[in-house]
Amino acid sequence: MRKRQNNIFAGVDWVLVLFFIVLVFLGWINIYAASVTDTSQSVFDSTTLYGKQLRWIGLSGVLIVIIISIDAKFYERFAGVFYVISMLSLAGLFLFGNTINGATSWYNFGGVSLQPSEFAKVATILALANFLNEPNRDLSNFKTQIRAFLILSIPAVLIALQPDPGSGIIYFTLFFVMYREGLPGIYLGIGFMLMILFLSTLYFGFITALIIIIALLTLMILYLININKFQLNREWPKVIVLFLIVGLFMFSVDYIFNNVFGQRHRDRFSIVLGKEVDPRGIGYNTNQSMITIGSGGLTGKGFLEGDRTQGNFVPEQHTDYIFSTVGEEWGFIGTSAVIIIFIAFILRIIRVAERQKLKFSRVFGYSIATIFFFHFMINVGMVIGLVPTIGIPLPFFSYGGSSLWGFTILLFIFIRLDADRTYEW
Amino acid sequence: MEKKYIAYFSILLVGLLFILRLFYIQVLDSKYTGSPLNNSAVTPKYDYPERGFIYDRNGVLIVANQPSYDVMIVPRDVKPLDTLEFCNLLKIDKKAFLKKYKKARNYSPRIPSVFVAQLSKSDYAYLQEKMYKYKGFYIQKRSLRQYPIKSAANVLGYISEVTTADLKDNINYQQGELIGKNGVEKEYEEALRGVKGVKFIQKDRFNKVIGPYKGGEYDTLSIVGKDVNITIDIKLQKYAEDLMANKRGGIVAIEPATGEILALVSAPTYDPNLLVGRERSKNYNKLDSDSHEKPMFDRSLLAQYPPGSPFKVLNALIGLQEGVITPETHFYCYGGFRYGRSSKAFMACHCGVHGAPIKLDMGIYRSCNSYFANTYKKIIEKYPTATEGMKVWSNHVKSFGLGDFLHNDLSTGRRGVVPDEKLYDRYYPTFKWGASTTISNAIGQGEILTTPIQLANMTAAIANKGYYFTPHIIKKIDNKPIQIDKFITPNKTSIDKEHFTPVIEGMYNTVEKGTARWSRVEGIEICGKTGTAENPHGQDHSIFIAFAPKDNPKIAIAVFVENGYWGSRWAGPMASLMIEKYIRGDVSRPREEKRMFEGSLREEYDKQLLTEQLEKEIKEKLKKELEEKAE
Repeated sequence: MRKRQNNIFAGVDWVLVLFFIVLVFLGWINIYAASVTDTSQSVFDSTTLYGKQLRWIGLSGVLIVIIISIDAKFYERFAGVFYVISMLSLAGLFLFGNTINGATSWYNFGGVSLQPSEFAKVATILALANFLNEPNRDLSNFKTQIRAFLILSIPAVLIALQPDPGSGIIYFTLFFVMYREGLPGIYLGIGFMLMILFLSTLYFGFITALIIIIALLTLMILYLININKFQLNREWPKVIVLFLIVGLFMFSVDYIFNNVFGQRHRDRFSIVLGKEVDPRGIGYNTNQSMITIGSGGLTGKGFLEGDRTQGNFVPEQHTDYIFSTVGEEWGFIGTSAVIIIFIAFILRIIRVAERQKLKFSRVFGYSIATIFFFHFMINVGMVIGLVPTIGIPLPFFSYGGSSLWGFTILLFIFIRLDADRTYEW
Repeated sequence: MEKKYIAYFSILLVGLLFILRLFYIQVLDSKYTGSPLNNSAVTPKYDYPERGFIYDRNGVLIVANQPSYDVMIVPRDVKPLDTLEFCNLLKIDKKAFLKKYKKARNYSPRIPSVFVAQLSKSDYAYLQEKMYKYKGFYIQKRSLRQYPIKSAANVLGYISEVTTADLKDNINYQQGELIGKNGVEKEYEEALRGVKGVKFIQKDRFNKVIGPYKGGEYDTLSIVGKDVNITIDIKLQKYAEDLMANKRGGIVAIEPATGEILALVSAPTYDPNLLVGRERSKNYNKLDSDSHEKPMFDRSLLAQYPPGSPFKVLNALIGLQEGVITPETHFYCYGGFRYGRSSKAFMACHCGVHGAPIKLDMGIYRSCNSYFANTYKKIIEKYPTATEGMKVWSNHVKSFGLGDFLHNDLSTGRRGVVPDEKLYDRYYPTFKWGASTTISNAIGQGEILTTPIQLANMTAAIANKGYYFTPHIIKKIDNKPIQIDKFITPNKTSIDKEHFTPVIEGMYNTVEKGTARWSRVEGIEICGKTGTAENPHGQDHSIFIAFAPKDNPKIAIAVFVENGYWGSRWAGPMASLMIEKYIRGDVSRPREEKRMFEGSLREEYDKQLLTEQLEKEIKEKLKKELEEKAE
């Protein structure tokens, strides 16, 4: 069975590796631009952010070699163990965690901070893939649905409680993977509907939105009656229940938004919905980042010429707002290139996932594609003002050892799984 | 598989959406793009040059600069400190310290704000040595105006922060900069200001300086403001202000040979130092809101008074020019002039020459109303219609610079009123008006209104026998004499030179033996004319015009003292004292001088105020009663 003893890199998908190298390189270049104060300093200087990141990148090389040399089967076997350890590490934060920027998300090991939520993604995806890999798993079965849902919910809730709701939300995007693996479309449909109800309640206000939605539903029912698909005299209780659920949901959204949410969260939504313009306050970050990106123009100001980047106008520019550096120094050409690279990278992962014979590998591939895609979409969307401010990193770009390692582990486990796709385990 | 394509499609869609959005932000929407110098990461830092000094015509320093030191605070950078010591150094208590700190913090933790403004020099010297201990505080040097002589506030004007309106029409200013707001400071702002230098500085988002932008390639150096000499004789100005103490009115003195303004006095005035420094806005509001004294109202340029008898001189000149009188023409006066059949149509006269023939000379020095009423009537009636007559008369008057702005270099001014045929046509649309209707013009009452500077200019034109130079205030800029065309070209009046001689003789006799004989000065030949102008507010205004010496005049002067009873009571002596002071340098009549210094018209002004208030109260009472009745 084992033919690749001599060369651990046999069967590796070099296209994905190339994407990885390009992304990490571009990310580091921009971290350098965003954090450099004195260009005569050595790039290896570990007191600087770019020096530290370079060290993380170097260490991730070691990590890659380890991951690639481990047998693919190992990841499947120990998925459950990883999951339990990971959940314990998340729970442990509440006892031993280190608080930075109001979120207790870090462990501190002698000056090095690790963020277990970045690693929990790996464990959760492994667990989900392992769970769905069992024969006779049927996602149309309600019990299976509940169990899969639990696998995602435990880390999501633990992370959301840190509190880091942005990173927590990411886990629910794995519903798309379950949809791919047989979860009935109705769940996504309901989710989508709830999202629309949620946003329209916020946008139009409770009363107006309720009137609009009920009017639309009534029109729909009238249409169904008209084409004889629906008999009101028999099925009227369903209509009343539907109206009640919609009304109740919208009311609770309104209530939660105004009474449970902090002003901070309300503002984030209000700004993206265009209900408030407040460039000095909560919208400051987004406004600054958009001005910074816009100031780059078509071709950008050039490497290290971004005066707004050097002026640190965009808070957290080396982490969540790293994309604004690309915008200022490399212009529209740079930003669209990065977007194309990311899209191509994600599409490549899906393609590789599709060629897996093993369900475990396929689910894993789909999961990381989903995770990368939503990180990319939410992060870039936030930086260019299309998505509310949700603090999650841009994969391989944003400064931070834990996220780099987390994404690296995800990608290379998949590359390992893919390299062994031709073998029966 | 179908689901796969949904995934591909959604991912591509998001990518496309992002690229379109970026294209919009980075290429289409100009809100986010623009010049690097407009970039908020690059801040221009201005280096303000010292403002030019102002000297008087003799080189006496009137306006200088004083350094002032503000303690600034950047709340974010403040580290724990020995508050007790710091408070002692700043001479504030701890409560004030906390209050100021809170205020600065509320304004902005990052942007510097003034913590304690305008330290004295000695406090500054002391503080400076210890400043290194107090992180987050620093001292900023500013330059303030200083007035060594407490005088000429109305002439000099003041500087203050630019307003939004100023910014609109002048792109050279930034919020927070200073600009001349009045007088010389406003009119010669460009010379005085100099050119500010600019350094472009790369800053971070906390407004912290990182270094020069592009190694300083866009930077420029500042150029110091130019010094200015004005035509004012500050000694004379100050003297005139002292004479006007506790009186209201305006005095303007002009050098007839050049049109240079020697003194421009408005009373009451204020100490220009009040509009500098810590108390500035408090003082300004106090001065500005004083609606009775109106110290900020420049009476020498803005107050419009009826000129009264000095205007008779002009009617004499017009009469001579039009040939309706000669110096030998005589009229009789029987205590007044009857211009109509009704008993009211009578202009009283106090010349006291009953029944004897009055010629031009005596008409002037006894200020006979009847003489000039006759002359005026003859001028108007020389022409077939009153309209034509009025037109000719009005044009003669206007040629002396009356009834219009003088187009000079003073920051403010008024037109005054010289009636003409159009005005009377408007007044009397149906009535056939004539000389009798407008007879008040003969003696400078009625519709005519002049400002002190206009009357002084008219006096200069008489002194020059037929021409005047536009009165102006600038003498030298940067020590170079100013040659501005409109100030060195004579403006001709419409009266021929020879007609001035008999009129000037009359004015000379006014001081020698006429109505102003109490203002005579031994050894100086003064030509003058008293005036007493009726007005609706209270006592008559005291008016005097004069120039001296008679030959080759050095100074022409007009004095208005509001409600000063009659011309020779206040205005006459003041003018003669000023002439003496200017020509001789000292004053030979200390008793007269003392009377002027100490004399006060406050009682009269208070009475007016009281009357006004009473009138107001009565009106309100009446209104109330009427309303009650209506109910």
